[in-house]
Amino acid sequence: MKPFESFELPSASRVNYLNADYGLKSWLLTRDHKRIAILYLGSISAFFFIGGLYAMFIRLELLTPQGDLLASTTYNKVFTQHGIIMIFFFLIPSIPATLGNFLVPLMIGAKDLAFPRINLLSWYIYLLGGIVTIWALLAGGIDTGWTFYAPYSTTFSNSYVVATGAGIFITGFSSILTGLNFIVTVHTMRAPGMTWFRLPLFIWSLYATSLIMILGTPVIAITILLLAFERLSHVGIFDPANGGDPVLFQHLFWFYSHPAVYIMVLPGMGVISEIIANFSRKNIFGYKFVAFSSMAIAVFGFLVWGHHLFVASQSVYAGMIFSFLSFAVAIPSAIKVFNWAATLYKGSISFDTPMLYALGFIGLFTIGGMTGLFLASLAVDVHLSDTYFVVAHFHYIMVGGTLLAYLGGLHYWWPKIFGRMYPEGWGRFSALVVFVGFNLTFLPQFIAGYLGMPRRYHAYPPEFQVFNVLSTAGASILGVGLVVPFIYLLWSMRYGKRAEPNPWHLPGLEWRTASPPPTENFLETPQVTWAAYEFAPPEELQVIGKFKDEGVKTSG
Amino acid sequence: MAEGLAEHEASHPALQHHFENLEQQREAGTLGMWVFLVTEIMFFGGMFFAYTLYRTKEPASFASASNHLDLTLGAINTVVLILSSLTMALAVYSAQIGKRINLMVCLTLTIVLGMTFLGIKAVEYRAKYDDHLIPGKLIPGRPFGPEVAQHGEPYDKHKLHLLPGAEVKKVEMFYWIYFAMTGMHAVHMIIGVGLLSVLLFFSWRGRYGPEYHNPVEISGLYWHFVDIIWIFLFPLLYLLGRHLEHL
Repeated sequence: MKPFESFELPSASRVNYLNADYGLKSWLLTRDHKRIAILYLGSISAFFFIGGLYAMFIRLELLTPQGDLLASTTYNKVFTQHGIIMIFFFLIPSIPATLGNFLVPLMIGAKDLAFPRINLLSWYIYLLGGIVTIWALLAGGIDTGWTFYAPYSTTFSNSYVVATGAGIFITGFSSILTGLNFIVTVHTMRAPGMTWFRLPLFIWSLYATSLIMILGTPVIAITILLLAFERLSHVGIFDPANGGDPVLFQHLFWFYSHPAVYIMVLPGMGVISEIIANFSRKNIFGYKFVAFSSMAIAVFGFLVWGHHLFVASQSVYAGMIFSFLSFAVAIPSAIKVFNWAATLYKGSISFDTPMLYALGFIGLFTIGGMTGLFLASLAVDVHLSDTYFVVAHFHYIMVGGTLLAYLGGLHYWWPKIFGRMYPEGWGRFSALVVFVGFNLTFLPQFIAGYLGMPRRYHAYPPEFQVFNVLSTAGASILGVGLVVPFIYLLWSMRYGKRAEPNPWHLPGLEWRTASPPPTENFLETPQVTWAAYEFAPPEELQVIGKFKDEGVKTSG
Repeated sequence: MAEGLAEHEASHPALQHHFENLEQQREAGTLGMWVFLVTEIMFFGGMFFAYTLYRTKEPASFASASNHLDLTLGAINTVVLILSSLTMALAVYSAQIGKRINLMVCLTLTIVLGMTFLGIKAVEYRAKYDDHLIPGKLIPGRPFGPEVAQHGEPYDKHKLHLLPGAEVKKVEMFYWIYFAMTGMHAVHMIIGVGLLSVLLFFSWRGRYGPEYHNPVEISGLYWHFVDIIWIFLFPLLYLLGRHLEHL
């Protein structure tokens, strides 16, 4: 299969990163950040599919109050594996490893990331971790919940804790290497004239994300290592029966896993900043505030983990401080939302598919963020802890936030990545379906949770059934909204309308090269003299440099 | 940018295609190593945190367990590592000024010192094995179970002498921290020795000189970092109980 053979336009004969070389080897040994992004795109899509299957089983089981479809032990495994696959193998790598990998060098005017070989290595590490995890799931699965709380995970669970932990431990290094690569690339590889405050906000958000990746991921690595050590040797690290401290596990786990939420949502915020500014054709309102709010989230994000321990024997004074800090982290998030709204004001807005996803993001992220404040309030959290309210809250952030941003970004940069337009009508349709389906799935869960439905049970009292039926119905609609883009995006890779280098007439550097870009990204090293969202007439936004065949064309 | 470059530098065999010049490549490599070391600090940080927590909870048990460690071997190892840092620094300097033979000698010395450290560490581990101090059931058929000296019994280095308030169960906690931390440190030493062996091979081939020596430099950073971890481990693990000995 060589889907890019059949270009018919003159520019089609040009060499780009996709047709520069063919064959499996040229992909598996590539050091081109764009090809590695495609490798990641394929593998995280596969994991998303697996995680989605687990979600389907959860929603089917919860359709009725009785635990009739799955046994309770099976259900434990299903929701655990849904969480593990979605968090570690889809959400965390999603935007950074695909869109980020593809766009960081393009947006800053570099030929590649600073360490191309390490970039490829990170994909192989991701894949190895994924294979180990899938093997563990097939061998018997894991039932501890994605949080691996001790002492259940260290002592009592009879499932494949160590094997799954090994998979996550390995995958963590791919995240560390990606973060390291981005930080070094942004520092050292910017094109002449590309100052820090001319960087697109997507780069700022990825920079902040990378900081969390390199600071947080090693801690989950050592935590999992200690967990495995305890399971194998039966010493008391976390198990109180042997003298360990289970709360220590929770502290170490959430020291990574709360910032990990920002690993998931910060890149999404970066995508949204790009889409909002570019589809309002306006400079972003308060560029520096949006940029620094990303950094503030990265810093504050490390100081709030204790709000996961409000009901876990943490001292009440620590709880008060963590509650206050959790409220504080809402400030930079709110700054972003206000700045996006102010950017829209009097903008020349076009409702293309990416913009629909972006507007959906703003609404859903706001709901997710505001309900987070409920949970950050000490007294309210005692009532809401471990209920479906929490489940709905974090799905509003992770699905309503990250997934929508990821889909929006994928559509927005699709013409650049594959050189083909996606079908706009289908795009808008599925964006609306996703929005409706998502809300129908998770809004009822807020109510069910508030009324007291606990999470992680396969059976529940019959009075909650109405919410669960609504939720399952919504999940089916959401499923349709996700399958449709999958089909038309694949279709468009071969049959979509050919994309211009700059289909939306935008000033960003990634739009100032061919679609798809050549292997070296730019025909000549760009000299940047404009700010990130400084719009100009289309004739000033041409491809930088000349194609080799252009001279031929004019003389002939 | 590219036009302003000296011809010999733009075509230097070590220059990778995506960098404009060697200076940019050097900066990227150095920053990359520093960022990596930050991740390492966080990695060890989790264990330092666990150490702090349990030491605060069980000071007497930790002091008793610490007293059982071999202070002499630990001190010798500290000296060995500091010396290896010196030879590593000299190796970087030799690369910078282009003394190939000096570079190779210094790298070899560093490797030998690193191996010495690992050898001494192995002797220490062996002694712990003999005294049944490997925590939990890590070694099949040889669970944790040191012989405890009775109160007032004369000092026997193979027996565990408990300070007042200490418990054998808590001593085991010290030993898992000890093995986790020193074991992880040893893994980093082994990786370091591997790195230096690769450097030695390439310096034999004459790859490094005043123009291009970044791999030597950043491997040096790594080596010093691993030494610094030990500089923290030694007092925390070996010396902490000394002032509590005559409680």
